[in-house]
Amino acid sequence: MSLPTPANRRKERVDALAATAATGPGGALLEAGSVDEKPGVSLIASAWRRLRRDPVFLLGAAITLVFVVLALVSPLIAPHDPGANLLIDKVRPQTNPVPGPEPGFPLGADDVGRDLLSRLLVGSQQTLVVGVFATLFGLTGGLTLGILAGAFGGWVDSLVMRVVDVLLSIPSLLLAFSIAAIASRPSQLTVIIAVAAVQVPVFARLLRGSMLAQRHSDHVLAARALGVTRRAVVFRHMVPNSLAPVIVQSTLVLAVSIIDAAALSFLGLGNPNDRQPEWGQMLGRAQTYIYDSPHLAVYPALCIIVVALGFTLMGESLREALDPKSRR
Amino acid sequence: MTATATTPRTGRPGQEPLLSVRDLRVTFRRQGEEPFTAVDGVSFDVRPGQTVGLVGESGCGKSVTSLAIMGLLPARGNTVEGTATYDGTDLLGLPPDQMRDRRGRDIAMIFQDPLSSLNPVIPIGLQVTEVLERHRGMRRRAARPLARDLLDRVGIPDPDRRLTDYPHQLSGGMRQRALIAMALACEPRLLIADEPTTALDVTIQAQILRLLKELVEETGTALVMITHDLGVVAGLCDEVNVLYGGRIVERGERHELFAAPRHPYTSGLLASIPRLDGARGAPLTPIPGSVADNLPWESACAFAPRCSQPVQRCTAETPRLEESAGRALRCFNPVEVTR
Ligand SMILES: Nc1ncnc2c1ncn2[C@@H]1O[C@H](COP(=O)(O)OP(=O)(O)OP(=O)(O)O)[C@@H](O)[C@H]1O
Ligand SMILES: [Mg+2]
Repeated sequence: MSLPTPANRRKERVDALAATAATGPGGALLEAGSVDEKPGVSLIASAWRRLRRDPVFLLGAAITLVFVVLALVSPLIAPHDPGANLLIDKVRPQTNPVPGPEPGFPLGADDVGRDLLSRLLVGSQQTLVVGVFATLFGLTGGLTLGILAGAFGGWVDSLVMRVVDVLLSIPSLLLAFSIAAIASRPSQLTVIIAVAAVQVPVFARLLRGSMLAQRHSDHVLAARALGVTRRAVVFRHMVPNSLAPVIVQSTLVLAVSIIDAAALSFLGLGNPNDRQPEWGQMLGRAQTYIYDSPHLAVYPALCIIVVALGFTLMGESLREALDPKSRR
Repeated sequence: MTATATTPRTGRPGQEPLLSVRDLRVTFRRQGEEPFTAVDGVSFDVRPGQTVGLVGESGCGKSVTSLAIMGLLPARGNTVEGTATYDGTDLLGLPPDQMRDRRGRDIAMIFQDPLSSLNPVIPIGLQVTEVLERHRGMRRRAARPLARDLLDRVGIPDPDRRLTDYPHQLSGGMRQRALIAMALACEPRLLIADEPTTALDVTIQAQILRLLKELVEETGTALVMITHDLGVVAGLCDEVNVLYGGRIVERGERHELFAAPRHPYTSGLLASIPRLDGARGAPLTPIPGSVADNLPWESACAFAPRCSQPVQRCTAETPRLEESAGRALRCFNPVEVTR
């Protein structure tokens, strides 16, 4: 999974020698010359040490953190009720359809007089919920299929992988649209399911690939040589060692889910209750006024882009940190 | 490594073999390729307390032999023929679940690369208790002190702390010790070691070999030692089987084989290792050519193209393994014995 870089290893070997030397002469010194790492340092910790100094990761993580915190506290800090038509009196359908900024409404209101800032803030909640649940559902489905294929191999593998191939061959947005369109009553849940369905084959393929690599790995052979049961081989030896790429993928999938969910709402396949603001839906509504009031579209679009970027940056640097091949 | 003279620990003559391999043949079949026979009629016995070596160059079928006996070859793409009788049962005929019950309990195996043979995400202690839980039906709690004792017994310093360490936190030698602890956890009567020291540096190699030797002597475990290193054989094995191209070409008691190799391949192997007593500036002579030059055993001696003293028959006829007085030889023109 992750081996230490030669440079790190060298450094840690020195540390380890220093540590053993400090404990005085004893059994521990016997093989200290080939001790690779300071005891107590796990694989995750060594990846973390690298990430802590990676500006790309830090930027991505900062964006993500701000987004998550905002999503959690937005109902408390939003200046107004995002569903209340507070400035409806200022809306003049012919002359001034979109009320501009005024005291208490720093970004103005939308075409039915709702505070834009409050809607943007509270909209992060929907985005987070859809993104997280779509990823979780996609992950669950994908892991199940991937484990089935990777653990059994043979015809189970062939069958699962054919289905996955078919799903992957359909453009992802088209697949999500079709699934969302089947739902008789669109809701937040149908959006989540549609977006998750797109991710299932991605996760399944990823996990199956790394499970297959694990099947032929030395430690799985060694476990089998000790008579370990098939179930334990799969769940204690194969799956845990196959998860790193999947975890990385989830961060990237979060970004894709957020964009896909926004696209569904944009096209009117999302939650029809627009008292609950959602960035994609706000973007959709803004189309009508795109020439006179482009800011209505720009703000939600920026939000989507920045949040998706945050997850992508974080995911990419995670991938690099955990992938032994991309180590310097 | 020197061949220290110890009394052979070969089980009493006439003692029943613990493992008896007969005519083991493993053929790999891949689509669109000629079937490839990696192990071609190998037979040997291992008695309780005995250490038997399987020696030969890379690719001669040593690992395939051991994996076939363990039932660990891939489920598809190969056929295994012959028998491997362990304590009266033919292992090759056992259903997979029964073989699984025996692995780790009756027969255990240790591998070449100790780092990659350990699960990187599970602490050492849990990997040892896993075996005890599996075969002894112990609870993890109850197995823990036993795991600690096992680590202690294989010479891992500070075993209490090491229980919670991950494989990457151990040194190479300690990792191999941990693997040995796992293999010996259920006191198997047969241990197969596939090049257990190849991935280790020389001083650690010697330690691991000494450890194996001690454990085997203490417990009376039968050991099949697979190696390409004649030094390992010299220090450890009672009987040696020399493999070439999937067949045994020579077999003998260690001292006899070393003193008087009869097969040109064996004698070539002996001439190609540096010897501490090789004074007189005797040059090291590697065996010319490579396994790629092999002839098919069906119609010739596979080794003939690389042989130092081939005769005409060697390329026209298959030599048979002739047994006499504890030795076996597959050669038309053996090396003269000069004593
Ligand atoms: N799964 C497999 N499919 C096809 N051929 C195989 C397979 N496993 C091994 N072989 C072939 O069988 C032959 C013997 O391999 P084996 O691993 O037993 O060699 P070895 O004697 O252990 O060599 P080494 O010293 O390198 O470990 C080799 O030519 C190898 O290519
Ligand atoms: Mg091998």
